[in-house]
Amino acid sequence: MKAMSTDAGYQAAPGLAPGVAVESEGLAVVARTQGQLIRRRFLRHRAALLGMITLSLVIILAYSSVGFGPVPGWWDKSYLHTAPVVDGGRPTLSVVPEFLGGSGVHLGEHPFGQDDVGKDYFAMVMRGTQQSLIVAFLIGFVVTVVGTLVGALAGFFRGRVEAALMRLTDVMIAIPTLIFAAIFAAVAGRTGNIVVLGVVLGLVTWTGLARLVRGEFLALREKEFVEAARAVGTGSWRIIYKHILPNSVSVIIVTATLAVAAGILLETALSFLRLGIQPPEISLGNLVSQYQTAMQTRPWLFWWPGLFIVAIALSVNFIGDGLRDAFDPRQTRVRA
Amino acid sequence: MTVFIIRRLVVSVITLLAATFLVYVGTAISGDPLQDLYGIADQNEAEQQQAERRRILQLDTPIPLRYLDWLGGLLRGDLGQNIRGQDVSALLGSAMAATLKMVVVATVLAIVLGITVGVISALRQYSGFDYSLTFAAFLFFSLPIFWVAVMLKQFAALEFNNWLREPTIPLPVILGVASVSALAWTATLGGDRQRRLTTLVLGFALTALLLLLLSTTRWFADPGLGPLAVVLLAAGAAVGVTFVVAGFRYRRPLLAALVAAATGCVFYLFSEPVLAAPSFWVMLLLAVVAVGVSAGIGAALGGLQRRQAVAASVLSGVATGSLIILDYFLRAYEGYARKVRDRPVSTVGSETPNFAGNFWEVGLDSFGHLLLPTMALLLVSFAVYTRYTRASMLEVMNQDYVRTARAKGLIESTVVTKHAFRNALIPVTTLMAFDFGAVIGGAVITETIFGWQGMGFMFITGLNEVDPAPVMAFFLVAGGSIVVFNMLVDIAYAYLDPRIRVS
Repeated sequence: MKAMSTDAGYQAAPGLAPGVAVESEGLAVVARTQGQLIRRRFLRHRAALLGMITLSLVIILAYSSVGFGPVPGWWDKSYLHTAPVVDGGRPTLSVVPEFLGGSGVHLGEHPFGQDDVGKDYFAMVMRGTQQSLIVAFLIGFVVTVVGTLVGALAGFFRGRVEAALMRLTDVMIAIPTLIFAAIFAAVAGRTGNIVVLGVVLGLVTWTGLARLVRGEFLALREKEFVEAARAVGTGSWRIIYKHILPNSVSVIIVTATLAVAAGILLETALSFLRLGIQPPEISLGNLVSQYQTAMQTRPWLFWWPGLFIVAIALSVNFIGDGLRDAFDPRQTRVRA
Repeated sequence: MTVFIIRRLVVSVITLLAATFLVYVGTAISGDPLQDLYGIADQNEAEQQQAERRRILQLDTPIPLRYLDWLGGLLRGDLGQNIRGQDVSALLGSAMAATLKMVVVATVLAIVLGITVGVISALRQYSGFDYSLTFAAFLFFSLPIFWVAVMLKQFAALEFNNWLREPTIPLPVILGVASVSALAWTATLGGDRQRRLTTLVLGFALTALLLLLLSTTRWFADPGLGPLAVVLLAAGAAVGVTFVVAGFRYRRPLLAALVAAATGCVFYLFSEPVLAAPSFWVMLLLAVVAVGVSAGIGAALGGLQRRQAVAASVLSGVATGSLIILDYFLRAYEGYARKVRDRPVSTVGSETPNFAGNFWEVGLDSFGHLLLPTMALLLVSFAVYTRYTRASMLEVMNQDYVRTARAKGLIESTVVTKHAFRNALIPVTTLMAFDFGAVIGGAVITETIFGWQGMGFMFITGLNEVDPAPVMAFFLVAGGSIVVFNMLVDIAYAYLDPRIRVS
């Protein structure tokens, strides 16, 4: 909490006026909007850019390959159909070109290998990635909506509203996230619907964002521009929506991004414990769980889903880091 | 302050009560507790068993009333019965010991390592060390704990145990480790170009030499420190501790620390009869005596710098004691390895079943079982503490009072340890309570993978069987320790930072 208040202090500190870029010799002054500045700073953050590219590639690969819903994909095998096991189910993917002594760059019949009954593992991992991504983004969405709403109400109205909402937050924080999520994922998991699962997981993890937004609102509601708005007779909801919310959007976006990264780890962990997405349906977590004993004999069944989880979580974390730097460059030096 | 603590206590209890209600209701509605009985073919048998389970779980009572009943039992010290009619209080005891051991070890290690590395990273901002650490922290944040745990099981346990049978280190590995350690030392110590180059060469040569020595003498098969290494390391610890708490400007603290270390070493030479097979209480008594004697030495030799001298000598005494204990553990290793058929790093359970041995061997057994789950648990917390400490330390280093301290001519080590480090720790304390909850959650996963019969296992089975009593027992300990931890942190915070108390 102390770190937060000092960060707010940093924002208020005088500096160069934003939107003005001074060229050398002071000859040309280029005016840029806040949005342009943020975009430029984000694009200069190499790790974040790389994360953005990786994440996009993973999303495109997952949804275009095996198709989604009624839309068919370009990959000809399904995650449901079994086929005779070829070569012990070994992966046929090859990335070493022939002139380097490899067998050439090609996907082969089963790029990620086959599982024990001969299902195509590439199709299974892609399906799992789709499911896990849906749940992760749903978590991010629900966390953003609920966390912002609770934080805004508590921070703006103070008094009884704040006391009630913050007590609720305290109670939820007293329960370890994984435990809380496990209990309610067990309720949602039995419905077998991943949308329900995503929403429920979002409903148990919004507390962090609510606290941050409340902090922002507490600081901003004392500012002169809010007082001015109130003086001309602006209503509470309009002040919240038009005056304060746009000023705390950076905190919300960054935290929501990190919530997506935490979300994919949470969902896969629960699915690993057989509490999230249940076996006939595929998730990256329950693939790892299913094949954790295959490490000795067919390690690829264990490696692929794990690699995809790490790739997604790492990219999203880097994107969050880049966004934070872009919104508030002063924080780059002092960042948690 | 008293009012603050009492108010905090009342709020904590109410919070915990509300949380227990939420967990109880959640568990009770999470499924159908009769599920596994529907498969019974015999109609009579099925009805009988269903009726029995209805009675044990009180399924005919509404859930809120069941909760009140459980709460009433709790006040009488009764945690209720699980789905098989066993008394949960009895089950909790051993499960709690195993889990808390793992959780506490992981938390303490994460705090110590994370804060140390975070401070170094902040002091050497934008160095290669800092960048690699930032990347490592991001990677650790993004690693699924269950995936890491399964990998550790394969590589750290199976392969490492195989290696221990023929413990020689191949030359490329020696060179690789030596290069990495040389780079780490250079980044940590810093200095101008000349000094950095010296550190680089020295660090490389010393590490390579040490590893070569360990490899050729097959040290890992029969490890131990021996008197010479104990004396040298104790002296080194004394100097290091003095550097951190007092600096070398005055002679007295260093003298006190060295005398405390020397006293410890003298004890070590004659310790064989006492420490060959001690009991836990003897060890505790010795620890208390060690701290007392060290404090006495500090007070007697401290002179004008008594406070720093006492701190330095106590820490140096504790360090020497730890070295002695380490030596005894290492000496017991060979016998222990033979007893467990050369598989010292275990992947199943929290202790070898029916294992009998002296204090040191039981300790090693515990350590061998703790090693992997703790490592898996540690990664995320370590990353969090490093990032947070680094941020907090950077912020403090830019404060005016640090500039003032430098301006009045204090040397850098004093500025860092006395003025910056202590203040940087204040925001880190708030993290501890949060992180403790995350570690307990992680323990559920590691226990599942490593087959511990701990509280996490109790929780998962309870949840799968829709059986509230064990779930609640787990939550009482987990949530209770989180709430208590939170409260202690708040009180510590209010003590460290008087501005908090006003609100």
